[in-house]
Amino acid sequence: MNYLDFEKPLAEIEGKAEELRAMARGNAEMNVEDEARALDRKAQDMLRDLYKNLSPWRKCQVARHPDRPHCRDYIEALFTEFTPLAGDRNFADDQAVMGGLARLEDKPVVVIGHEKGHDTKTRIERNFGMARPEGYRKAVRLMDLADRFRLPVVTLVDTPGAYPGKGAEERGQSEAIARSTEKCLQIGVPLVSVIIGEGGSGGAVAFATADRLAMLEHSIYSVISPEGCASILWKDAEKMREAAEALRLTAQDLYKLGVADHIVKEPLGGAQRDAAGTIKAVGAAIVSLLKELEGKSPAELVAGRRKKFLDMGARGLAA
Amino acid sequence: MNWITNYVRPRINSIFSRREMPENLWTKCDECGTMLFHRELAENLNVCGNCDHHMGITPRRRFEALFDGGIFAEVPVPMPIADPLQFRDQKRYPDRLRAAQKATAEPEAMLVAEGEVGRTPIIAAAQDFSFMGGSMGMYVGNAIVAAATRAVERRRPLVLFSAAGGARMQEGILSLMQMPRTTVAVEMVREAGLPYIVVLTHPTTGGVTASYAMLGDIQIAEPGALICFAGPRVIEQTIREKLPEGFQRAEYLLDHGMLDRVTHRKKLREELISVIRMLTHQPPPVMGDLPAPGTPEETAAPTSAPAQESAEK
Ligand SMILES: [Zn+2]
Repeated sequence: MNYLDFEKPLAEIEGKAEELRAMARGNAEMNVEDEARALDRKAQDMLRDLYKNLSPWRKCQVARHPDRPHCRDYIEALFTEFTPLAGDRNFADDQAVMGGLARLEDKPVVVIGHEKGHDTKTRIERNFGMARPEGYRKAVRLMDLADRFRLPVVTLVDTPGAYPGKGAEERGQSEAIARSTEKCLQIGVPLVSVIIGEGGSGGAVAFATADRLAMLEHSIYSVISPEGCASILWKDAEKMREAAEALRLTAQDLYKLGVADHIVKEPLGGAQRDAAGTIKAVGAAIVSLLKELEGKSPAELVAGRRKKFLDMGARGLAA
Repeated sequence: MNWITNYVRPRINSIFSRREMPENLWTKCDECGTMLFHRELAENLNVCGNCDHHMGITPRRRFEALFDGGIFAEVPVPMPIADPLQFRDQKRYPDRLRAAQKATAEPEAMLVAEGEVGRTPIIAAAQDFSFMGGSMGMYVGNAIVAAATRAVERRRPLVLFSAAGGARMQEGILSLMQMPRTTVAVEMVREAGLPYIVVLTHPTTGGVTASYAMLGDIQIAEPGALICFAGPRVIEQTIREKLPEGFQRAEYLLDHGMLDRVTHRKKLREELISVIRMLTHQPPPVMGDLPAPGTPEETAAPTSAPAQESAEK
């Protein structure tokens, strides 16, 4: 278990309970269960308190937690017959973006998502979930495929943002993002998107311009990282707490602003404490959001999506 | 005669002429350091006469030079709700906005206009880098939607001059949402079969390049313009290596296949006229500094007869 800085007191209690039980395992005489259970209860209460009112910055930390389930975990657990489809037919296959054909409750769909990786090796392979132009171009290709064969598209968003690299710029990162966003708006099939962790600026928009956008309870979606915003507006990257607050990047604020359509509740203590439970809840949300779009014609879908984004921002937080 | 009436060709509004009364008669070129006399610089569309460096130019000045006789009509842009997030960094967002409005005498970071260029009716939108770095917030989104809507209504091509540091952080996610929003606007123009031409000017970076500024039917950039998604400093910090000379400049992008053309500001007008008229099947243009539409000499000259699209006015 990886603990976040604000979870330190919790780590101590849970560590103690663990320690007691370990000692008792080596000594049949010892009865520690009562004491350990008391510690469990205390930990549980503390967890509830900590997660009841997470500050926006803490939400960012939870959203980036390395133990949270990632795209690959969702695909493995929720979809059957997943058949990865690779490449942008132009330059490369971007490992930061997974995608392919799969079945969700037996119905064929196209699923696309950012994958961050789960250990040093896979994180480097996946470029920490930061796509290069090839990733967006692969997504465009897969959305075209979905459109042609009338398959709904599900996107799972989890990225710090586009990759600030030399090659990525030379190969037209901006254009690739713009075309992916455009493709999201053009396809005549349902598009449901879930932000499962971090929704980092343009890299997220390129996949999340959807008919329905769901966000996990502790996920974030922002125009810029709090650190980046702090260093520009406060001239001090350490002011990320203030920036996170000001940016209104939590699922709750985005729901109020009409950017997110649905919030998926996370288990107590965040998705990282119960991956299976989180994945199940996300799956149920995807199925129900897709159901809302069932029976709509391609023209209706495109018109509805356009209207959704044209109307966006008409109300502020005060409303 | 007062020199100012000589050089400020059109008198669109008197406020403009008053405001343009320069405080400093000399401007130093930030590229070569040459001191440039304001009048000469203005005549030269803010391009350095010594080194050809393209300096910033306000949308109003650009439109005056672009439209025939300097005449254009502003397309109204709805004001979005103020300060949707109640954003506050070291300053309150409304205070930053007010300061920018005072400094520029403009309501926001984009100007939309309709008029004729070389007797070719168009809609034009230009981003104002001097207004909070041209940043794309809800107003800029509204401006692009208004420009696209007007273009479709009047069946006119849309020409967009981009200049921005990126999205307006003070509007948080709502600034980010202008990426899909403006993309919808571009789609509307495209679907109507009308040309959408983007002129990228220095600098065009961040979310702006990753939406409407990269979706033109024709992509033209001004020489030397910085055009990128991630800025050079961020990239250098990430990859820890020195970037090549001219990286992310217009000419570099042209070499890498990301642009159709790099065109000098003084040649831009003629090029736009020519391209638009070819794309819309109109006869070859009458080049030169045309007077405002509807003046007597024009009605007398059959060679400059307006194309069919302009008949509606
Ligand atoms: Zn110079």
